[in-house]
Amino acid sequence: MIAHWPRLAPSTAAVLFAALLLPPARAWLEGRMSLQMLVQIPLLIGTGCLLGGALPPRIAAGIARWNHHGITSLVLATLAGMFWMLPRSLDAAVSEPWMAFAKFTSVPLLIGLPLGLGWPRMGFVVRGVFLLELIATFFRLGWLYLVSPVRLCNNYLLDDQQRSGMAMLVIGGLVLAGVAIKLVWGRFDRQ
Amino acid sequence: MPILRTLLASGLLLVLGGAALTVATDGFQAFTSETARRLAVRRDPPLVPAVLLETQSGARLNLADLRGRWVLVDFVYTRCLSWCLALGGEFAQLQDQLDAPLAEDKLVLLSISFDPAHDTPAELSAYQERFRSRGHGWIAARPMSDEGSRQLLRTFGVTVVPDGMGGYVHNAAIHVVDPQGRLVRILDSGNTQTVAQTVRDDIER
Repeated sequence: MIAHWPRLAPSTAAVLFAALLLPPARAWLEGRMSLQMLVQIPLLIGTGCLLGGALPPRIAAGIARWNHHGITSLVLATLAGMFWMLPRSLDAAVSEPWMAFAKFTSVPLLIGLPLGLGWPRMGFVVRGVFLLELIATFFRLGWLYLVSPVRLCNNYLLDDQQRSGMAMLVIGGLVLAGVAIKLVWGRFDRQ
Repeated sequence: MPILRTLLASGLLLVLGGAALTVATDGFQAFTSETARRLAVRRDPPLVPAVLLETQSGARLNLADLRGRWVLVDFVYTRCLSWCLALGGEFAQLQDQLDAPLAEDKLVLLSISFDPAHDTPAELSAYQERFRSRGHGWIAARPMSDEGSRQLLRTFGVTVVPDGMGGYVHNAAIHVVDPQGRLVRILDSGNTQTVAQTVRDDIER
């Protein structure tokens, strides 16, 4: 889907990235755990995804030689994703300037870009593994954030944390429903 | 061979990523910044800054002047209706349980306000009264400058967040400062027995 409009992708990514960097946008999105975790970071991943479609074909082809079925992409995005799932990282990204810098660079480049490059190359099984892992993570973490009686981030309030947990359960449920609908009624193109 | 190259790249990423995650979580011990600050203090105790404070009696007190004694520090704001109520009650109880070292001047209890604009000496004194302070060994104080306040919160690793209802939420704990003026331990509040025992052990060691 991203590949259909490669010419617009880099400018869209640049505009989105610049918008996220604006101090009022940062203050608003980082003021709540739910917004940082479930809006800001996903949008940063989105900017990286868009960049994937904009890479010069020669570089993309070079990377593809090391990225059979998008597996390398998946490994890199998962590892970087695990780092940014730590409550500690979310906390530090708000209070430490160097961690904020790390977030704004590593989330697009180490999660978004690999996913953008890898997704079109992933077959049915690899996509299935990725989505299953995603759904399970949302359920596990959502549950933890919902029931934890202690604050996991010093910068965020407990009710905000519980809202984030609830939202993660809902998102996990929606992705699961999407996968189920696709399995029942969707078409699968063999790669 | 794209498959072999992919395996090689993925394996390398797993090793590097695993190492990065190990470092980022202090060897999978600290997933939250609260655990991390407690570990960091144990490993490498920071020196408490020489900040000028004003006490509940209106006297000036430099934090550095408390060296030579153990100090238990908590951070409060007197309008607080939740955690600090527990913390205030706890310090009053600790006055009883740590009566001996307090009387021998080996130990001081110190409540520092992070809301200095509101917490005047009168408010601080009223705060202690509310918990029936036993009158000895417990100082309530406010930093005399914003810079001092920032330095303290930074060194102790205390994060204060507005709670949206005119008050604050903060990572409440009891901080142990040794006679050399180093923050050596951060203890959970809510269990005075454990705090008192730990501090007695530390003093006798």
